Amino acid sequence: MTAPLLDSLPYARFLGLKTQLNGDELTVVMPFADHLIGNPMLPALHGGSTAALLEMTAVAQVSLSYPRLRLPRPINVTVAYLRSGRPSDVFAQARINKAGRRVAHVTAEAWQQGRDQPIAALTAHFLLSGDEGDET
Amino acid sequence: MTDQFLTTLLPQLASGAAHTHALGFQYEGLDGDRVRLRLPYRQDLVGDPETGVLAGGLVTTLLDHVGGLAVWVGLKAYQPIATLDLRVDYMRAAIPGRDLIAEARCYRLTRSIGFVRAWAFEDDPADPVAAAQSAYVISAEGDHRAGANLRAKTHAGDAA
Repeated sequence: MTAPLLDSLPYARFLGLKTQLNGDELTVVMPFADHLIGNPMLPALHGGSTAALLEMTAVAQVSLSYPRLRLPRPINVTVAYLRSGRPSDVFAQARINKAGRRVAHVTAEAWQQGRDQPIAALTAHFLLSGDEGDET
Repeated sequence: MTDQFLTTLLPQLASGAAHTHALGFQYEGLDGDRVRLRLPYRQDLVGDPETGVLAGGLVTTLLDHVGGLAVWVGLKAYQPIATLDLRVDYMRAAIPGRDLIAEARCYRLTRSIGFVRAWAFEDDPADPVAAAQSAYVISAEGDHRAGANLRAKTHAGDAA
């Protein structure tokens, strides 16, 4: 279900995102690609590509947990950059801390070397809506 | 030197890296201390194919990047910088089929941190799609090693 979901999103395809599902645990992988590089001198991934991975991971996790809702739309996101993104694959997982009637609070982390050494962390609110949709 | 940085190097920093080039960022120039980037609309950058609206993560990337340019405008020279954190409020969906303009201003610069506000819109800055508040670490030593941004945060005696 989720793998096809991200595959259907053009920007997730642009980033090359892949999903791995282990029970209820969703991991999204952004395999390294040259077009993700933001700083050619280090080299380092563009922080924006990591932020987009985190946001897509949060979207995918909400969609997985609440399959009857429309795609959640971001209200606001905060990204903290903890380490420079190296030119290698990035992994991300998200956690839904609260899903209310209209708003979900989600956190997500991205890592490369190990889960205990995150390169970036996301805190976000998403607007939840049914098929008719709501105005933000 | 300053003029040369702003006229020659800044446009390259705006769209010269692989990621910004792949996204099609275009440098739109300076207006005082404000710097502008354009993101031409493209189908492959859409977040939700049902609506045709550009992806939220893409708008985040645009605001992150234009904010970094604003720090360089404030520094008036190239120094390595790294985004420390970034908050984006999405006020409304971007209009499908329309280019996005992003504008940023570095409103406070200390020795180690640049504080930035940035916003994205189609026509009118007063009707933004999204707005960002962000902080960038300035690497005065030119330390390129991974994690240099972490060390830069803990320099004793820095104002921020």
